[in-house]
Amino acid sequence: MTKQEWLAKYPKQEERMTRFSTLSDMEVEPLYAQDDLGANHAAREVGVPGEYPFTRGVYPSMYRSKLWTMRQFAGFGTPEDTNQRFKFLLAEGQTGLSTAFDMPVLMGYDADSDRSLGEVGREGVSVSSLNDMERLFADIPLDKVTTSMTVNCTASIILAMYFAMAQKRGIPLSKVGGTIQNDMLKEFIAQKEWICPPEPAVRIVTDMIEFCAKEAPRWHAVSISGYHIREAGATAVQELAFTLADGIGYVQAAVDRGLNVDDFAPRLSFFFDLHSDFFEEIAKLRAARRMWAKIMKERFGAKNERSLLLRTHCQTAGVSLTAQQPFNNVVRVAIQALAGVLGGTQSLHTNSMDETLALPTEQAVMVALRTQQIIAEESGVTNMIDPLGGSWAVEALTDKMEKDAFAYINRIDELGGIIRAIDIGYPQKELADSAYRYQQQLDAREKVIVGVNKYAIPEERPIDTLKIHHHVEEGQIDRVRRIKRERDAGQVREHLGRVHAACRNGQNLMPVLIDAVKVDCTLGEISDVYREVFGVYRDPAWL
Amino acid sequence: MSDEKVLRILVAKAGLDGHDRGAKIIARALRDAGFEVIYTGLHQTPEMIAEAAVQEDVDAVGLSILSGAHLTLFPAVMKALRARGADDVAVFGGGIVPQDDITTLKQAGVREIFTPGASTQDITTWIRENVQPR
Repeated sequence: MTKQEWLAKYPKQEERMTRFSTLSDMEVEPLYAQDDLGANHAAREVGVPGEYPFTRGVYPSMYRSKLWTMRQFAGFGTPEDTNQRFKFLLAEGQTGLSTAFDMPVLMGYDADSDRSLGEVGREGVSVSSLNDMERLFADIPLDKVTTSMTVNCTASIILAMYFAMAQKRGIPLSKVGGTIQNDMLKEFIAQKEWICPPEPAVRIVTDMIEFCAKEAPRWHAVSISGYHIREAGATAVQELAFTLADGIGYVQAAVDRGLNVDDFAPRLSFFFDLHSDFFEEIAKLRAARRMWAKIMKERFGAKNERSLLLRTHCQTAGVSLTAQQPFNNVVRVAIQALAGVLGGTQSLHTNSMDETLALPTEQAVMVALRTQQIIAEESGVTNMIDPLGGSWAVEALTDKMEKDAFAYINRIDELGGIIRAIDIGYPQKELADSAYRYQQQLDAREKVIVGVNKYAIPEERPIDTLKIHHHVEEGQIDRVRRIKRERDAGQVREHLGRVHAACRNGQNLMPVLIDAVKVDCTLGEISDVYREVFGVYRDPAWL
Repeated sequence: MSDEKVLRILVAKAGLDGHDRGAKIIARALRDAGFEVIYTGLHQTPEMIAEAAVQEDVDAVGLSILSGAHLTLFPAVMKALRARGADDVAVFGGGIVPQDDITTLKQAGVREIFTPGASTQDITTWIRENVQPR
């Protein structure tokens, strides 16, 4: 019986709802069947693991040879506080590090700036100088553990500190592996931590791509991120589309600089959100791999197969966590993480159940990490490669997401590319509209959040959360002030002058920055040079 | 047409925090509910917010803070309003604020704090019942 025949035979089923849709409000059919996929679909669009178009995974063996990297995002308080958390996580079986910086770092201010008041060490670790960085990574073997650092408008300065630290320890940059987020385009779209406007921001990103391609080949100079786009309210399709559009923007900028696409594309990596709609998320990751492979091959003419691979980190959706009945979050995270694994991620962060209340406690982080370990070592889903490949529903959803996301990418091309689209607020408005629509659906109870707009309980006992004390801020302020007093002021002036010159004359900033942080030029001071030369971007405050 | 004055509300983002999903949703919901809404945009200092409140002659300021710096930034906004003789502007807020801190902030004069899970109707209803035109 074909699907059409089945639909004709059972036309009026009694259903629980008048309309069934994904969390992103994409309508889904009651049944998917072979008829939904079109002729020769398996060979053309699905293929096999490790081969174009990589729908079934970027590697031929996937988790049978190597599990994903379990990488819990961590950072709070002083560098010593976070260093201790890093060591705890490594001791508990985590396989890579991931660093959260505080708001002053993310916006380019030292701990002792007036703008940093109340925010030092609160949402991430405080780093103003190379000395802070060295304490943060004390006793961590930089040539053995790969580190991810979530920082964007000051990514160039933080990476310079990381590389300077490696050089001081006698480790060549060729041996240092890791990732720096450094995705400025999504900052303007979603995360909104910036210094200068999009064009100079992308120029700095391109400097870093160029420098790493030549000097630090194991480093991922940009992690093209959909996570924040989704968290800011995008649908799954918008997350997919805007992320790949940002990726196209970086590749184009690097090609325009004269780089050969195959010299840097293999080190581009991605970062996606894992929300609660199980099949939507799996389809999104499969579509992302296929779309990127097509884009790199057809649009940019990449020849090296590694340039076609969309390798990605994933994090479960912070925005899905509820302050109400927080233990329920453990279950949400498990479902989301499983979607990431069945979607074929290379690296994963699982949120802790208390993260909607505060930065996570050690106990909550342990449950989150154990969730990954249970999926990896108990559930059996890692025994087979892409077990959902060939599922009519999953393949049909994958096709639908690809089609809808390419429609957005075409629209952005028509607008003149992603920078132009950001200038006129196109992606920003699209996702603000989606966020508002979803909130209206929640308020009308058309979409359910268990424990919040359904199954709520009136009085709840609060759980214990992590507290960040005020002495953290005072201590970090004292430390950066002492460094500023004790360093060689003449050297600092000279090196800040060189940064200034490199900003103006277009010379690659990275070597200049590495030298500058070695004489204790601080993050805030170098950011001030960026502000002076490139100007400050102001929030257009679109509603 | 009612001749009742339409309440003017400033929705503000203080500090370095870039999370504006909530603030924008609230601004739109308040506008849809019939209030006059001014949105400051991101990365405002307490002084900039107080100045905007005075310039725009608002009846209330809704402050969104998700960076954990609420114990610093809310009191700083209140102080900056007082310094401009605008301490009759109702200050309310939203964000990730633990219960103990809500008590502290209310003692400091913040009228209400909405935490994750609050609906837009909860907020518009509270404003209608608790904010008077200045």
